[in-house]
Parts: sequence; structure tokens; C-alpha cells
Amino acid sequence: MSSDNETRPAASADDRPGAIKAVPVRHPGRWVAIAIIAVLVAMLVHLLLTNKAFDWDFVFQAMNQQPVINGFLKGTLLVTVLSMVVGVVGGVILAVMRLSDNPILSGVAWVFTWFFRAIPRYILLFTMGTLGILFKDIGGLNIGVPFDWKIIEWLGLSGDWRFLNLDPNQIFTGMIAGVIGLGLSEAAYMAEIARAGILSVDKGQAEAAQALGMSSGKVMRRVVLPQAMRVIVPPTGNETIAMLKDTSLLLAVPVLGELFYQLQSIGSTYYKTFPIAVAATLYYLAATSVLMVGQYFLERHFGRGFGTQAPRAARPAGAGGA
Amino acid sequence: MALVEIQNLHKSFGSNHVLRGIDFTVEQGEVVCVIGPSGSGKSTLLRCVNLLEVPQEGQVFVRGEDITDRDCHLDSARQQIGMVFQQFNLFPHLSVLDNCTVAQTTVLKRSKAEAEQIARDTLDRVGLSDKVTAYPMQLSGGQQQRVAIARALSMDPALMLFDEPTSALDPELVGDVLTVMRKLALDGMTMLVVTHEMAFAREVADRVVFMDGGVIVEQGPPAEVIGNPKEDRTRTFLRRVLDPTHVEPTP
Repeated sequence: MSSDNETRPAASADDRPGAIKAVPVRHPGRWVAIAIIAVLVAMLVHLLLTNKAFDWDFVFQAMNQQPVINGFLKGTLLVTVLSMVVGVVGGVILAVMRLSDNPILSGVAWVFTWFFRAIPRYILLFTMGTLGILFKDIGGLNIGVPFDWKIIEWLGLSGDWRFLNLDPNQIFTGMIAGVIGLGLSEAAYMAEIARAGILSVDKGQAEAAQALGMSSGKVMRRVVLPQAMRVIVPPTGNETIAMLKDTSLLLAVPVLGELFYQLQSIGSTYYKTFPIAVAATLYYLAATSVLMVGQYFLERHFGRGFGTQAPRAARPAGAGGA
Repeated sequence: MALVEIQNLHKSFGSNHVLRGIDFTVEQGEVVCVIGPSGSGKSTLLRCVNLLEVPQEGQVFVRGEDITDRDCHLDSARQQIGMVFQQFNLFPHLSVLDNCTVAQTTVLKRSKAEAEQIARDTLDRVGLSDKVTAYPMQLSGGQQQRVAIARALSMDPALMLFDEPTSALDPELVGDVLTVMRKLALDGMTMLVVTHEMAFAREVADRVVFMDGGVIVEQGPPAEVIGNPKEDRTRTFLRRVLDPTHVEPTP
């Protein structure tokens, strides 16, 4: 803007200042970065396509084996879903207990969280696989009236008050043990996430709901939790992705139907270790990508009414921005 | 029988003794405005009426039922008492219509269709029938507060509590909310209003209660309490509120 005339608002169309000769801001640094990255990407593509060690035919063949596909569907996906269901439901219950005014409930929730966060998942899963030994001498895992033999003795009766006898060798092996172990461990972490979510909801919300005559359970279900979900969902997405990968620890139970164990057994049969690692990587990449799409829709659902929306595309953290 | 009767109410937060023995009644159809300096315990008194604050001592009777009694079914007592908050406290995850129906369907067990019809009627009463599908955060403060009034009215309360309903609003939006409240008072609703709006209190209230330091200092018709206060403390307060630029002579 050189002359005075141009800065003044135009009175008529004729008086309008001419178009500004705009020069885009130059970003030499960006061009240098783009060049460097382009070279690195080219090197990577070249490596992927030409290096014989990848043995892509073998990778895809291994991925296509029925035991491997079963391992992915059951050992990875199904266990992830079941463990997260146990984890999320358990975690929300633990969080509500932890925030309750009842010191017993809140103490139990604290001890649970303390115990299951303290144990590494690998060791927890290993332990789950061995728990059957506790029930070896008492004829299995019985469900019924606690201390029934004492009460029966005291009343001078005979028999027992047990309704269900479970075989510990079925409970504490394989996928069931894996789901119980991963689920309980997850519940301990989810409890903290859910607690943060519940605490993030303004106290006035619960007060308004109480003032309308809602019982405390309804206040929680209809007003507090739906709003807490907005805070709970993103870290839960993280937890789900972590869980997906932690299913590879199922080997500790052991669960032999698990994806990576199946791939490895193919690899050791044919003495091909590296292509097996690539195959496993591809499976986990694909599954994680699908989960991220799911997270995007969940975030959009629970963000209703808050004027904020989930990021436009589901993308890994750090990939956005210029 | 008085709709609300409060006897010897005491409430403290830690060492802070906020209510120091309140005796107080609200009759059916009466509009009572509670005024007083901040920290005088007005809001706490209001929150004790539906037991959002639990008093340490004293009793609160709603239609003769002692709601401070442990055996009292508090939720059903609260259904008869609508409450409007300073910060609106609308449910942001629900649409305006759902804000007005959620308690009707879950607490009063009304059918969805009936609840929606009632919600639409009450929203119409507060002049917001065109906003049923909006979410609270898409509305102005004045509109949100009117939705909050409609939400409380949808439950057919016998008494409405207003906790400084216009204090969080931009000045030009206060009028809309006060108009709705005035209409409500004319329709015969029993109202207990904590407010700093002296003009509203003077015009609409049947009785004005002046509180200071956790006690009721003075109460009576607005013309007396606001127009011709007997107590020194009332006079000092009113002078500050009605003429904020007035500087008191230092003794």
C-alpha cells in the first residue's frame, strides 16, 4: 500500500484499488525436506521390491495358511474383542466403585487396580495357565454355598450344596484363560481411564439430573457416562490397539492357536525367519488400521452436541499438520 | 399446610457456618425472592430445599413430608421440585427435546410420545418451539436458560427453585428469561427465586426475604423490604446494589 488513496475504503467501483500483486510466502526449508524424504522413500521402495530376503511369495503363502488365518481371527481378533469387553465393562464398574462414597467398594476397586497393574501381562498369562493346580485336590472348581461342608457339619446334615462343578483344566488353559487374564489386566487400566472420564463431567450435570428426580444409577447411565465417553473413547482406542498386540503374549498360557505362534512354526519348518516377521507385521498393520477407522466413528458419535468433531480422517498422531 | 416449611436449618462447609438457623415457609402459589450479599447463604438455602446440600441440623418439609428424614423417598420428593441453575446445566449430549424428555421417560415413566408432546408444549411456553432439534451449545445463554426452565416444567413441578437464573447471562439476554419467569408467576406457579434483579423482585415477588450472614434479617412485601427497609444491613445492601457507583463516606 503505497498511496493514501489505496488504503481508504472505495466509494465506488471505479475507485477500487487494483488487484494486489501477491507473492506466495516462500518455504525453501520445506522443499529441502520434501527432497530428502522423497529420496528415503525411493530407497525404501527399492529395498522392499528388490531385496531377496523379503521373499514376498513366501510371505503371502504363509499368511494364507488356514492355521494362520484361524490364529488371526480367533487368537488375535476374537481375543481382543472379548478381552476388551471384559476390560471396559470391568473398568467402568471399578471406576464407579472407586468413586463411590462407600469406603469398602472404593477400597476393593483400589486393591484390584493395584494388583493387576503390578503384574506384567506375560507373567499374568503364564500364571493363568497354571492356576488349575489350586483345584487339583478338591475335585475341581465348585460353585455353590461358601464353606458349605462346615455349615453342613454344624447342622448335622450330609451331602453338599454345590450347583456347578467346572473342570479347572478347561478354564485355566487356552483361550479362556487368555481372555480372563487379559480382561482382568485391562479392567485395571480401564478403571483409571473411566475414572478420569467420569471426573471430567461437570458436577452440575449430576446435580441437574438429581434435581429432576433421577436415581443415582440413572444419573450415571443417562447423564454422566454418555458425557464421560467423550473423554474415555480416545484412550480406549489406544488400549484396544495395545490389546491387539498383547494377544501375541497368549503364547505364555499357552494358546497354540495364536497368530504369531502359527507363523513361527511355519517359519521354523522352512528355515525362513524374516519373511515370517514381515507376515506378522502386515497382519497387525491391517488390523490396527481397521480399529482406527472404528475409533473415528465412535469419537464422532460421543462428540455429539459438543461442537467439536473427531479429526477429519483417522490418522496416526503426528501425521497431521504442515 | 405450607408447600415448603423449613425449621431451624443449619449448614456448614468445614468450619464455615453458612446457614445459622433458618425458619422459613413458602405457601402454595407464592412467589418468594431471596436477596442478599454474596456469601450470605441464599444459594445454600435454595439447594437445601431439594437436598442437593444436606443440612447438618434442622428439617425441610415439602407438602408436610420431612425430606431430611432418612426414610423419605428423596427422588420422588425431588420430582415435585423443579430447579433452574445459574450455569443452566443442560445436558450437552442431548438435543433440546431430549433434555426435556429424558427425566419424563426415565423417572415419571411417561411414554415417549407423551413426553415429547409435553416437552414441545413447555418449549412453546418459553418461546423456543423452533429449537427442539438443536443441541444446547448451539444456543445463546438466554435460550439455554429458557430450555432449562422448560426442562424443569416438563416434570409438572409444584414448586420451582431458581438459583440466580440470570447471573451468568449477557445483560441484553436477561430480559427474555425474566419475561418467562414473570409469565410463570402470573400462571400461579409457586416460585422461590434467589436473585440480584431488584426490579424483578419488586414487581413479581409476593414476599422478599433478605439474608445476611446465614440468617434471615428481614422479610415482607417487596414494597417494604426493598422500598422501605427497617434493618440497617438491608439498607446498606440495597444502597450498594441499586447504586453501585455510590461511595460510602468513611467514618
